[in-house]
Amino acid sequence: MSDFSREQVQHLAALSRIALTPDEVDHLATELASIVDNVRKVSEVATADVPATSHPIPLQNVLRPDVVGDVLTNEQALSGAPDAADGRFRVSAILGEEQ
Amino acid sequence: MGDDLTRLTASALADKLAAGEVSSVEATSAHLDRIAEIDGGVHAFLHIAGDAALKRASEVDQLRADGHDVGPLGGVPIAIKDVLCTYDMPSTAASRILEGWIPPYDATVVARLRSANLIPLGKTNMDEFAMGSSTEYSAYGPTRNPWDLDRIPGGSGGGSAAAVASFEAPFALGSDTGGSIRQPAAVTGTVGVKPTYGGVSRYGAIALASSLDQVGPVSRTVLDAALLHDIIGGHDPRDSTSLDQLWPSFADAARAGAENLALSGVRIGVVKELGGAGFQAGVTQRFTETLRLLEQAGAEIVEVSAPHFEYAIAAYYLILPAEASSNLARFDSVRFGLRVTPEGGGTVEQVMAATREAGFGPEVKRRIILGTYALSAGYYDAYYGSAQKVRTLIQRDFDAAFEQVDLLLSPSAPTTAFKFGEKTADPLSMYLNDITTIPANLAGVPGMGLPIGLAPEDGLPVGLQIMAPAREDARLYRFGATLEALLEDAWGHPLLDLLPTVPHSYEPKPVGRVPAHLAPQPGAGTEPDGGAL
Repeated sequence: MSDFSREQVQHLAALSRIALTPDEVDHLATELASIVDNVRKVSEVATADVPATSHPIPLQNVLRPDVVGDVLTNEQALSGAPDAADGRFRVSAILGEEQ
Repeated sequence: MGDDLTRLTASALADKLAAGEVSSVEATSAHLDRIAEIDGGVHAFLHIAGDAALKRASEVDQLRADGHDVGPLGGVPIAIKDVLCTYDMPSTAASRILEGWIPPYDATVVARLRSANLIPLGKTNMDEFAMGSSTEYSAYGPTRNPWDLDRIPGGSGGGSAAAVASFEAPFALGSDTGGSIRQPAAVTGTVGVKPTYGGVSRYGAIALASSLDQVGPVSRTVLDAALLHDIIGGHDPRDSTSLDQLWPSFADAARAGAENLALSGVRIGVVKELGGAGFQAGVTQRFTETLRLLEQAGAEIVEVSAPHFEYAIAAYYLILPAEASSNLARFDSVRFGLRVTPEGGGTVEQVMAATREAGFGPEVKRRIILGTYALSAGYYDAYYGSAQKVRTLIQRDFDAAFEQVDLLLSPSAPTTAFKFGEKTADPLSMYLNDITTIPANLAGVPGMGLPIGLAPEDGLPVGLQIMAPAREDARLYRFGATLEALLEDAWGHPLLDLLPTVPHSYEPKPVGRVPAHLAPQPGAGTEPDGGAL
């Protein structure tokens, strides 16, 4: 049986940039444990001699000419932004006070 | 009902348009009226194009009147799954985080529809970011199955399937990551095709798991699916995984299959691992009857084994969350969609975390966190690495099977449409729920879902899954059209003629919103694409 601590879930949530509520953290700890118990069976047959497949139909070196294509205008690129100014995306402070 | 334009297949409607018997405005109005009439109950649509659709229809009518060639499907209406970007309609993937977002560009498949003069009717409902197999995870409320409004329409593409089954649209676009086209087809009595991976462009399809996602047609007949596949398929330089090759006409393949019903020389494999225990009796019964029908038409049926399919769901449940956790990182409150600022402000990182907490539903959070775990240092080899090896083993199972047979068959889903909230109660059927559809995504092979009757015990549709080797999509259409003709000869009519009158509205039962922690967990059998663990 896998075991997930609240701290582990909080760490994963922080890496995932999701501000979970304490309630969600509790439940995810239980849920992740049972999910991981089930998916770990992949290791039963994944022996060293089996190569990994990352892509169902692998293609190699898909290239195009290095020229400017049909791209979005600045206005179009910003059209869905929650906040923008001077033709750029605007965000809040990158660093907190203590940083 | 005889002159109801919504009852026509896309192909029949196209014929009438070409003959000048009806206009695109008339055809489009008929479908918009049907949507207005019943979508309060079915809730297949998240956005209805309305006047924009009528305007486009009248433009196509004008083009035709002026003597221009508007193409084989010019003027025919179509519904579009909300996972696809459309520059003139919101594209939300049924998530709050993209509520109201109108992309500055079209997905390639949508652009191709417009070039072919099809008329977009609107955007269809789905599980949020295509994570689910019932539409219960849509942030905007579920779609209900037109066969019984108390039941799920499948997922994630339940909206497209329900729209097509209930005659709100002649056909639609879907996307399939682990069964999201084929499973909804099964439970709504419609046709759906997941093309060979790379056969249809993913550019502008909001990504769930990039190595598994494929866009494909949803329709009422095999020919309609083929006609649509011909339009959306083919190489797209904007998708680096798009196959740079020419494809035969799938419509020609479907027509040939409907014309020549002899199946002598066709070798069909029944996948031993995709049937038996856990499959509903009526599903097994219709499947067995279909095999008998095929045998009578001259096909040779053999049982084949795919020993690694039993590991498919476990592998899928590592690969999909891993890819999704990476793909969904783009929802960062900076470039598009929702922004939630914590009380008293915060750094960009805190804003991001607050936005994702508020904007993502429970299933999406679960999978992102699971994927982040599977990719963590120290666990990567054991989980993600092993899952990729299982993928190789499943491909080898397919290769071995296709050395013996031309096509593989299985039921599309182990059960007929289940009731909302019901699935979590039956562990065995949960375990097996999407086992049938996931292997094709892992291996990249094409699959078709086709209705083969109603289960005697509940009167609900049963689906057959047909799988072919990679790049052999035409074989699906040829064989599928033959089987469809044999079945309709036997029944005397298409299956959807049996669809009960769809109520105009639905009185929801008094259940509150399910708290995040009580919602089914992945593997609880409500996976679209996924399934039970």
